[in-house]
Amino acid sequence: MCCRGCQAVAQAIVDGGLGDFYRYRTATSPQVKDLVPEALAERVLYDRDDLQQSFVQKQAGEIREASLILEGIVCAACVWLNERHVRALPGVLEFAVNYSTHRARLRWDNHRIRLSDILEAISAIGYHAHPFDPGRQEQVYREERKAALRRLAVAGLGMMQVMMLAVALYSGADEGMDPALRTFLRWVSLLLTLPVVVYSAKSFFTSAWRDLKRRQLGMDVPVSIAIGSAFLASAWATVTDSGDIYFDSVTMFTFFLLAGRFLEMGARHRAGQAAEELVKLLPATAARLGDHGEERVPVSDLAPGDRVLVRPGESVPADGRITEGRSSVDESLLTGESLPQVRNPGDLLIGGTVNNESPLVMQVESVGEGTVLSAIVRLLDRAQTEKPSVARLADRVAGWFVAALLLLAAAVAWWWWQHDAVRAFAVTLSILVVTCPCALSLATPAAVTAATGALTRLGVLTTRGHALETLARATHVIFDKTGTLTEGRLRLESVVLVGDRDRESCLRLAAALEQASEHPIAHALCASVDSLAAASDIVATPGLGIEGSVDGQRYRIGVAAYVSGLQGLAREQPSVAGDYPDGVVLGDAQGLLAHFSFADRLRAWAAESVAQLQGLGLEVELLSGDRLEAVQAVAQELGIARYRARCQPQDKLARINELQRQGAVVAMVGDGVNDAPVLAAAQVSLAMGSGTQLAHASADMVLLSEQLPHLAQAVRTSRRTLRVIRQNLGWALVYNLVAVPLAASGWVAPWMAAIGMSSSSLVVVLNALRLRTTGSE
Amino acid sequence: MDILFLLIPISLIIMGIAIWVFLWAIRSGQFEDLEGPAHRILMDDDDPMIPRKPQLKDDDE
Repeated sequence: MCCRGCQAVAQAIVDGGLGDFYRYRTATSPQVKDLVPEALAERVLYDRDDLQQSFVQKQAGEIREASLILEGIVCAACVWLNERHVRALPGVLEFAVNYSTHRARLRWDNHRIRLSDILEAISAIGYHAHPFDPGRQEQVYREERKAALRRLAVAGLGMMQVMMLAVALYSGADEGMDPALRTFLRWVSLLLTLPVVVYSAKSFFTSAWRDLKRRQLGMDVPVSIAIGSAFLASAWATVTDSGDIYFDSVTMFTFFLLAGRFLEMGARHRAGQAAEELVKLLPATAARLGDHGEERVPVSDLAPGDRVLVRPGESVPADGRITEGRSSVDESLLTGESLPQVRNPGDLLIGGTVNNESPLVMQVESVGEGTVLSAIVRLLDRAQTEKPSVARLADRVAGWFVAALLLLAAAVAWWWWQHDAVRAFAVTLSILVVTCPCALSLATPAAVTAATGALTRLGVLTTRGHALETLARATHVIFDKTGTLTEGRLRLESVVLVGDRDRESCLRLAAALEQASEHPIAHALCASVDSLAAASDIVATPGLGIEGSVDGQRYRIGVAAYVSGLQGLAREQPSVAGDYPDGVVLGDAQGLLAHFSFADRLRAWAAESVAQLQGLGLEVELLSGDRLEAVQAVAQELGIARYRARCQPQDKLARINELQRQGAVVAMVGDGVNDAPVLAAAQVSLAMGSGTQLAHASADMVLLSEQLPHLAQAVRTSRRTLRVIRQNLGWALVYNLVAVPLAASGWVAPWMAAIGMSSSSLVVVLNALRLRTTGSE
Repeated sequence: MDILFLLIPISLIIMGIAIWVFLWAIRSGQFEDLEGPAHRILMDDDDPMIPRKPQLKDDDE
């Protein structure tokens, strides 16, 4: 058991007969934090009708339905546990968890159970559920996905049928076929192709029309011309019972294109869900201080100028300034700063951060769209809509390619019209089909999608398109230390005894004083003792330390100057802390007792990963804000020759700019402890999964697995991806150079052109699919 | 080969049914979670088959 919380949860799970969880789970759950009473009070507010309006759908009677975001789901066993536990509650009609998105749909009878009880039951087994408003993006995504699947299904089934008939028709053309049967098969093909063209291919026509209206030439223009003209010509041939039909080419073409776009859409949606989760950082309600004292209002009702009370343990509801109070604020979710920051009256508070120590009164300055948090969400949205520059290049080239292609087709049509009018249409169609930029337009997305998929299975999420391409060209890898190469969690490293007490009793005293604190040092101290002693009269002074009584004696723990204050005189203490700025001092009224120092452990496989990266020809550097000795020790252990200590973000930025001026392509790996600007400045950046949302937002890739060896694998995969993209583009080019003259001179019948086009696309896709196996390397 | 005039229309009807089934599956959300069910089948409602101490119940919450 890692903490008492886990023990309680395990007890609840086993008592509930759900012990199978421990048999089936495949990953361990993240640690749970104790809930403060205020958070419980807030949950009760979710029962209010006015608040439920935004996320609850009312159905017949008192039946209600809501969507929840579930936090803490790490494996299928968590899903199973949640479903079994919640469904067993009386009054819950339906509870289904989506394992891919970590969203849950809940239906309950409001007469028999309240929403807050359900939320509480979920947190009793160690997960957190937040209601959320699925009306926005989520709904759009779901509709988009369903529409794409419907189009794909119609195109796929239509294609299979038409191809089957096409085989009969082609072989019949050689063997001699009953003309009545031939006509019949052609009519059936027409019937089967009609829904494919009218329904499935509709999106190509609309987007081509949009392109034309904006006077642009996109990929969809020749696609539409090819599909439309081939279909119309074939329909004409069928009706008049003359000439060739190309229904097989039309359906196959539509299906392949739709399949490619469907895969691309899936990757985009997954990335988009990350933004949705950020929104829930803001609390749903706030305590507004009005003329009649305090009242609970929904956060959406807050306006700039309102005065709001933020209790310890609560999240700050909007951006604003402190007017009364002094406390430490946990900004780690936004800035990644792992130690809480002290905030005084007049200081800025950012919405979504957590107040740790004492009550604060703040004046709201901006709400809703104006807050820092929504700026980050917008940043994330924008980042996700960016395209890789290779794809942009392909698009630009495609524009010219399409224009040239249309001109060529027109010229060829004119020439043939002059010389052999009967064959003019067939030849022109061959040109259009054979040169379809299918292979060209699939070359990059197919490779990027396959590689992204393989990396996602490894736990490396690619959030920006250019990431793979740039990572492949990287020459330098720069690491941040804390939280990246190390675990980012403090552990007690050494105890230096100053007074006459022994190590055990000092630790016991320290833990007793710190047990109520949220500070990382407090967690480290409490984790180092077996049982906690009771302490009373605890007074915390933010940024300095804690004072309290244990067994009737007063003690202080914190920075040296503050602890010395208990001895009544601010005399100069022997500077124990000088060498250990991470440490705290424990003292009583007589003098100092002990000094505790803390350290951070290296992540597993850190040395091997660095060696692998160096083996791939990358320069590895370490830039850290930490003190020199700590950085030196880590660098030596990992075999990193270049390192810098005590780097401010601007120092890191300067170093990266310097490298970039020398022509280096820099990959930055950080966890967002003030790394965000540096991550943004590097050509490609990777954030650790445990890092902050801000880091995730400014990083191109997120290492969700937290496994450093996956870094080297990501580099290898990205290099292979770039190689595959080049092969694909080269193949598409060679294919066109060979096929176009043949088609223009009338050597290629339209059915041969369709097979040529399809097989060239197939080669491209299959080549790209080789990337999917990267994970097992 | 005249039988083809009957078999092909039948195949069209079967295809229509296939499309209808597919559309139903999409509408009812069968494609929304493609990962969960693979895990879920490992630990679903077969608990009563596993011998247990009699006083334990699954839904005593």
